[in-house]
Amino acid sequence: MKKLSARRRHPLAAVVVLLLALAATGGLYTAFAPASKAKADDSAQSLTIEEGKKLYAVGCASCHGTGGQGTTDGPSLVGVGAAAVDFQVGTGRMPAQQPSAQVPRKKVIYSQAEIDQLAAYIASLGAGPVVPTKNQYSPEGADIAKGGELFRTNCAQCHNFTGKGGALTHGKFAPDLDGVQPKHIYEAMQTGPQNMPSFPDTTMSEKNKKDIIAYLNAVNSDKTENPGGLELGGLGPVSEGLFAWIFGLGLLVAVAVWVAARTAKAKKS
Amino acid sequence: MSSQDIPEENLPAEHGTHGAVKAADEKNPFADPGLPPHEHRIQDIDERAAKRSERVVALLFTVSMLATVGFIASYVTIPNDKVVYVFPIGHVSAMNFALGLTLGVALFCIGAGAVHWARTLMSDAEVADERHPIEASPEVRAKVHADFKQGAKESVIGRRPLIRNTMLGALTLVPLSGLFLLRDLGPLPKESLRHTMWSKGKRLVNMNTNQPLRPEDVAVGSLTFAMPDGLKETDEEFQTEIAKAALMIVRLQPDNIKDKRELEWSHEGVVAYSKICTHVGCPISLYEQQTHHVLCPCHQSTFDLSDGARVIFGPAGHALPQLRIGVDSEGYLQALGDFEEPVGPAFWERG
Repeated sequence: MKKLSARRRHPLAAVVVLLLALAATGGLYTAFAPASKAKADDSAQSLTIEEGKKLYAVGCASCHGTGGQGTTDGPSLVGVGAAAVDFQVGTGRMPAQQPSAQVPRKKVIYSQAEIDQLAAYIASLGAGPVVPTKNQYSPEGADIAKGGELFRTNCAQCHNFTGKGGALTHGKFAPDLDGVQPKHIYEAMQTGPQNMPSFPDTTMSEKNKKDIIAYLNAVNSDKTENPGGLELGGLGPVSEGLFAWIFGLGLLVAVAVWVAARTAKAKKS
Repeated sequence: MSSQDIPEENLPAEHGTHGAVKAADEKNPFADPGLPPHEHRIQDIDERAAKRSERVVALLFTVSMLATVGFIASYVTIPNDKVVYVFPIGHVSAMNFALGLTLGVALFCIGAGAVHWARTLMSDAEVADERHPIEASPEVRAKVHADFKQGAKESVIGRRPLIRNTMLGALTLVPLSGLFLLRDLGPLPKESLRHTMWSKGKRLVNMNTNQPLRPEDVAVGSLTFAMPDGLKETDEEFQTEIAKAALMIVRLQPDNIKDKRELEWSHEGVVAYSKICTHVGCPISLYEQQTHHVLCPCHQSTFDLSDGARVIFGPAGHALPQLRIGVDSEGYLQALGDFEEPVGPAFWERG
């Protein structure tokens, strides 16, 4: 005791006392207080929502408002559903880097666990489409031919016949669908991100969406088999004709010029 | 090649009478430089070089033969559903790739062999072939003129105008028979351009599910395509009918609809517009759900669906026709009549 008393004027003494006091208070609090709180909401769901709310306050609130009500910089998130969050954050579109005609796909900065927490929080603000299960979007067992038909009716006008993407107005564009996860394609159809119209289950059934995903998987992925080879962006006869006229004929002209320009004479003049 | 590029010894002054060299004079101020002296190729001088050229040409032709054999062999042996990975091109059909490659090599080697043969072994002596005037000699011309006059006189065409006039009449009328054959190239469109399959009470059928649509199925911001009830994809007339009747169904917040008639013709914000562009009739459905603009992929005509599908950009001449819709007693969306104006591009009699 004497030892302790002798060091009471040590410069770090105050810090040690403070730490002890904090530890004691915290310990007492965990011992008594949570007992009643745990009964109220101990479900994993509400904890997830809590975590999501914290992430939201840091990463999203500046544009979408503190309660997801939206501001002049970002739309309201009430009722957009978990699927929209999973798509926007899971493809790296959100958080947006800067306001522009269209927010592009970029590197994902949240982990899937964090995205799930954010999604749970946004879903708690108002009912909306939920994140699809693997069973819903997996292309296995789907009808690729039917998917192609549906894709050409509903999607090809913007995304091109094989999902290569295309231009819209004022700097907006329909992105290339190569390398987009089936889950995100499903969510995009479900929620209609940015200027894309949505295709809800009431007008395009779950089965229809699965068929479309299977079609894209068949025509626009790294495993795509293309019997003709060299598809030139899948743009069709215009780009193919242009390529043939410019590069095909150009090559022939260049060879002809090369042959004629070189003299066969023994004495080069 | 300007005169600076011609070596000194090739200029006409050096060679005197080689070729048709003439000095410049008053009448012809530009001297004809004549032909430069013939120069030999190494193959003309060195028999070993000529032998080498011969072997190169023969090799190219042989490679071409082998490639043709390869073409036939790959056609026979490679199964046509086999797919291989070729580095820059991707997964391609093995047979297509082999056929293209061998045929390309076969044709290229024939061409390359022929060019090499002509350049190194065939005679390359320069030959001048002077041009000659194409007009006939004055005697021949005088004779032809005289014969023509004599013929005209003997035909009595100047003296008997009845023959001349009836002949001209006959010759003028003959082409009409060809012209009148064109009349029956096809039936006239008659009124078919003015009407579509839509009529009062026809339900709007979702083209994805082939089920009639209810207003609550159509969410704000969604895009759906619809066809008239009773039309089946297996019908013979399907393409003809859908080309006029195709509909684009979107839902807007009723407050966002600026055009009074559009609001009146919609049902709780669900609006139905013709999917056929009024410029040249492309299917138009590049719908941007936030701006409510719809863009035509062919010539970038842009229509504002919240303002009566007014043209806001591009070559289209008039707004997209809107179909008046409502709900029937069972709650399904139905048309309340045909389009008020012809759908699609303008035509001569459209008015």
